[in-house]
Amino acid sequence: MMNVVTLFGLCGPVLVGLGLFGLITNPQPLRKILAFNLLGSGTFLLFGVIARRGAAAGLGGDPVPQALVITGIVVAFAATAMAIALLLRLFQETGQATLDPGDANDTSAATDAS
Amino acid sequence: MTTAFIFNVVLVALLLVVATWIIASRDAFSAVVAFVAYGLLLAIVWVELSAIDIALTEAAIGSGVTGMLLLGAAGRLRDAEATAVSTGLPLRLAAAVLCALIAAGLAAIVLSPPSAVFSLAPDAMAHLWESGLGNPVAGVLFVYRAFDTLLEKIVLVLALVGVWSLAPDRFWGGIPGLYVYQQPNSVLTLLSQLLPPLGIVVGIYMFWTGANNPGGAFQGGTILAAMWILVMIAGLESVPSTNRRALRLLVVVGPATFLAIGLVGFAVAGGFLAYPAGYAKPLIIVAEAALTLSIGVTLGLLAAGPPERMQQQ
Repeated sequence: MMNVVTLFGLCGPVLVGLGLFGLITNPQPLRKILAFNLLGSGTFLLFGVIARRGAAAGLGGDPVPQALVITGIVVAFAATAMAIALLLRLFQETGQATLDPGDANDTSAATDAS
Repeated sequence: MTTAFIFNVVLVALLLVVATWIIASRDAFSAVVAFVAYGLLLAIVWVELSAIDIALTEAAIGSGVTGMLLLGAAGRLRDAEATAVSTGLPLRLAAAVLCALIAAGLAAIVLSPPSAVFSLAPDAMAHLWESGLGNPVAGVLFVYRAFDTLLEKIVLVLALVGVWSLAPDRFWGGIPGLYVYQQPNSVLTLLSQLLPPLGIVVGIYMFWTGANNPGGAFQGGTILAAMWILVMIAGLESVPSTNRRALRLLVVVGPATFLAIGLVGFAVAGGFLAYPAGYAKPLIIVAEAALTLSIGVTLGLLAAGPPERMQQQ
C-alpha cells in the first residue's frame, strides 16, 4: 500500500505541472505570478519528501533540506514582492497590465516627469 | 486503511482542487483567495511531513504576507483584467502535454525507490550540542549554513530597495501607498486594538523559542510585521515616510549585526560566520533578535509597497 510520504511525494509533481501550465498559458501577469508560486511550492514539497525520507537520528526529517526550503520560501516571497511592485508600476505607467508588446505601443512614451 | 491515511488522502485531494482553481479560475481575485487557502492547506501537509518550522513559514509568508500582497494587487488590477488576450488552443494543448510529461517524470523519480537513503540528519545532530541550540533546523540555518541565511536576509533588503526604486522620482523617500485598504471600519479598528498586544508577545516568543523548538527569527518577525500592518491598515498608526533614518536603520540592523558577528568570527574563531566555542548560542540569539526586528519592519514595508505620495509639510 502506498504510504503517506509517497502520497505527498506525488502531490509535488502535480503541483509543478499545474504551476508550469498556468505560467505558460495564462496571459495575465498576476496569474503568472500565482502560477510561479504554485510551481515553487511543488518543488518545495519534493524537497520536503526527500527530507522526510531522510528521517534519522531521532528526527522526523533531515533538517538540511528543511532549512533549504525555509530559505527558498523567503527568497520566493522576495521575488514575488518585487514582481508585484513591477506589475503595479507597469499598470500605473501604461494603464494596462499586459506583457503583450503590441498593446502598449501608444502609451510607451509615458514617462515619469519629475 | 487508517483514519490518518484517509485524512491525508482528503487533504491532498483538497490541495489539488484548490491548486487547480488557482490556475483555472476566470477571476484573478478568487484565484488569490484560493491561493491563501492553498497556503494554509500546504502548511498542514508540512506538519504531516514533520516539518513544523516549514509549516510556520509557509502559513506566515507563503500564505499570509504573499496573499496580502497579491490581494492588494488583484484589487488594483481589477479594471485591467479584461484587456488580456487568452492563449490559443494549440499552445494550451502543447503546454498541457509538456507539463504532464514533466510531472510524470518527477513522479517516476518519487516512485522509484532510492538505492540508499541519504540523510544529513545524523551529521547535523552529532555537532548540534556544540552550538547550544536544540532545534536542528535552527542549527542548520545559523551554524552549518549560516552564509545562506545571511544572504537570504540581504535578499529581503534588496527586494525592499527594488520595490522603493519603482516609485516615481518625485515620490522617492515619500509615504508608501497602503491607502487602498484604508476605509474606516469598526471591526478592523477593534481587531487592530485587540490583536497587537497578543501578537507582539507571540512574535517575541516565536523568536525566543526558535533556538530549541520550531520557530525562529523569521516566523516571529512575520507576526510582528502582521501586527504593524494591521495597525497601519486600520489607520490607528500612520504609514511612515520611507526617508526616516530610524526606519532605514531598523531595516538594516539585523543583516548588519549578523554580518558583524560573521566578521568577528575571522578574528576569534578562525573563519567567517564561525562562532567561538561556548559563545555560539548567545551570539546567535543576539543576531536573531536583531533579525526579528529587521524582518518585521522589512516585511511591513514590502507589504506597504513603493512610496506614492510626499510627506505633508
